[in-house]
Amino acid sequence: MTDKNNKTTLWELFISFAKIGVLTFGGGMSMLPMLQRECVESRKWATDEEMLDYFAIGQCTPGIIAVNTATIIGNKQRGLPGALVSTAGVIFPSVLIITVLASIILKYNNNSYVQKAFEGIRVAVCALILKSILTLAKKADKNMLYLLVTVGAFVALFFYKASPIAAVVATIIIGIIAYYAEKNSPKKNEEGK
Amino acid sequence: MIIIYLTLFWEFFKAGLFAVGGGMATIPFLFDIGEKTGWFTAAELADMIAVSESTPGPIGVNMATFVGTRVAGIPGGVIATAGLVLPSLIVVLLVITLLNKVYKMASVQTVFSFLRACTVGLIANALAQVAMLTFFDGKNVLIIPLVLFGVFFVLMNVFKKIHPILWIGLGAVAGVILF
Repeated sequence: MTDKNNKTTLWELFISFAKIGVLTFGGGMSMLPMLQRECVESRKWATDEEMLDYFAIGQCTPGIIAVNTATIIGNKQRGLPGALVSTAGVIFPSVLIITVLASIILKYNNNSYVQKAFEGIRVAVCALILKSILTLAKKADKNMLYLLVTVGAFVALFFYKASPIAAVVATIIIGIIAYYAEKNSPKKNEEGK
Repeated sequence: MIIIYLTLFWEFFKAGLFAVGGGMATIPFLFDIGEKTGWFTAAELADMIAVSESTPGPIGVNMATFVGTRVAGIPGGVIATAGLVLPSLIVVLLVITLLNKVYKMASVQTVFSFLRACTVGLIANALAQVAMLTFFDGKNVLIIPLVLFGVFFVLMNVFKKIHPILWIGLGAVAGVILF
């Protein structure tokens, strides 16, 4: 089990990622320090640079960043079984905790104090979502075309009740067109959805 | 019941496949699911988002488990989570295998830049949905929540290191006192 020659057991993968799942609140970027401490410093499953690369891939591929990073590291250590076990490990604590909490919350939902508390919480959630939108917007590449896509996606969903899937697919098509338009001529002209 | 399980799995599978940019990016898909199926209202979803932010683990996974449990009990929670995670598992394994060929292609990079822009718009819509419920009662703008929102937002930008769970706790206290 404690072989020096990178023969990590599936159990070790599961436990490490379950630990990361329990100890991180907030998801996304806030998981990076924990992933780094567990996978780079204590387990030596990856270097710092590799970790950042994995995180970048996790961010650009669909789904949850922490889960995607777990899949990549698990796959690197033990192939497909490793990927499956690490993914299961990182989601296991959430499923357990939320399942218990959900039944408690659903029970006390009609209490007027609980309802008022949730109304207050909703205000805080609005501020939190606005903050993550601004963080995302800061990280996104900036030009008129991107802005148009952002506004277009908002308008399509909010005013025209479009499905988010339609917006994503339309964006992929716009991205492909924009790429070839830019490649073929320096002057480009695209319209958003 | 089987139909609900299958629908849950399929809806979350789609969310997992099309939400690019982490947990927050799944929120617009959850609103869409609620609206389409009538399983939960936007207000209920906002509460579930709050709980998911205040409990350990990735937010996206927490939300999927919560929504699934609410709709169809414990099996529902497991099925929704599995549905959410499965597409990314497949895509990530494919990407990592083809990494050097595909991920570094300029065209793929361009598409991802556009997708990031789109995600910002989608999450802005999710915010607008929650905001409509929080700051309007159908006719009037509600002043107290709006002021509270301003206070929270300013404080969040002053004390950047403070964990979301604290803001949610403060929101709960403010709600009981002010509303």
